[in-house]
Amino acid sequence: MSDPIIPTDMGPLIPRNRAMHPAAYDIDYKTSVPRSPKWPLLSMESTPSEETGPRFGHSLIGPMDNNLIINFSKDANKPAIGERVLMHGRVLDENGRPVPNTLVEIWQANAGGRYRHIKDTYLAPLDPNFGGCGRTITDENGYYEFLTIRPGAYPWPNRGNEWRPMHIHISVFGHSFAQRLITQMYFEGDPLIDHCPIAATIKNRSQLDRLVSALDFSKSRPLDFLAYKFDIVLRGRRQTMFENKLEGM
Amino acid sequence: MVQKLDTLVETPSQTAGPYVHIGTIPTFAGNPGIYPEDLGLRAIEDGAAGEVITITGSVIDGTGWALRDAMIESWQADAAGKFPGQAGADAKVNGFCRFAAHKDTGEFTLRTVKPGKTPMRGGGFQAPHIALWIVARGINIGLQTRIYFEDEDNSADPLLSRIEQRNRVDTLIAKKTGDGQYRFDIRLQGDDETVFLDM
Ligand SMILES: [Fe+3]
Repeated sequence: MSDPIIPTDMGPLIPRNRAMHPAAYDIDYKTSVPRSPKWPLLSMESTPSEETGPRFGHSLIGPMDNNLIINFSKDANKPAIGERVLMHGRVLDENGRPVPNTLVEIWQANAGGRYRHIKDTYLAPLDPNFGGCGRTITDENGYYEFLTIRPGAYPWPNRGNEWRPMHIHISVFGHSFAQRLITQMYFEGDPLIDHCPIAATIKNRSQLDRLVSALDFSKSRPLDFLAYKFDIVLRGRRQTMFENKLEGM
Repeated sequence: MVQKLDTLVETPSQTAGPYVHIGTIPTFAGNPGIYPEDLGLRAIEDGAAGEVITITGSVIDGTGWALRDAMIESWQADAAGKFPGQAGADAKVNGFCRFAAHKDTGEFTLRTVKPGKTPMRGGGFQAPHIALWIVARGINIGLQTRIYFEDEDNSADPLLSRIEQRNRVDTLIAKKTGDGQYRFDIRLQGDDETVFLDM
């Protein structure tokens, strides 16, 4: 699983600015109410348990893993139904450096807003050619891309009439276990973003805007797909000239 | 006005939602075959050095209900205290494991080797422990915690020592229930809420 030898000490992680994240408890997102810790978190400088983390080699990834249009049917003649979309961007850290060779996983509903999951009983039909999951590893510049279909919005039980905006769930590893992040990508121009209590768990509007991907004609392919750009920033490491490091900046 | 910082801000978290397993453990979600196998199925391979142990538990909400939809990841050192990828680490220890609460009972099981103590930056050691990261519907940002072991010497552990309310230390310590068997429940809220970490 772990190809390279990892330097033992690349410095402590920059403490997380939790004001930039949703709080655990949000009364408008009802499931968070019984699932939110009430006591303060225990804060401490990171240790090797948080600074190291699993690494996955490019050999893990199959040629269709980041093509959700055909990775379920395994047949280019049986593509998923929906508006074809290229989701692409870079994974960076807080110091602005690319995070290369890191695993990015996504999952999403089909074009009708239905997940391929036993617990999803929404009346929209399943697409026999759409599984809804993909994965890739960033290149040396931290770049990744997925070819998929635009997921549909879907209703969910929370308050009386609740709809999730179109979104793709994203999981990123980074190189440290405490860089681990799961978030969601929204689509530019979706009016449901402003009505969604899950999006609204992020109280800082400019932070929420960072989850809205931009329509990107520079990567769109004529007569094939539209592109949406979505960059992701993970935690960085603190390094100063006053801290001895085996690895320099 | 002041100079502009050239640092970036971390992307905000969003809940993993009820369908996290589609993307992370597709076979568990009922969708096998997209990948040859799910990621992180095993913390160890056959032949890993050290004591093989099994840790069982549940993730319990504020009402006392065990979550059926939690997804947990673990990360740990090998029996000698080396993390995968470090020089001299046990190649049979993957260190990383992904597991889910059972869809009917809410119980999870982690099979691994008991980790060794690990050196701290600047000296000293941490007692043997396994780092956990817990996500689920209703959890807006993944929860970090640790499993320590009641049959290890935890007295000088720097993290456990920082817990002011000593009555809460026990929430991080797995109880031995048999030979190589431990119990570790995670309580999200309420009496005996688990100590969660910001590290
Ligand atoms: Fe969703």
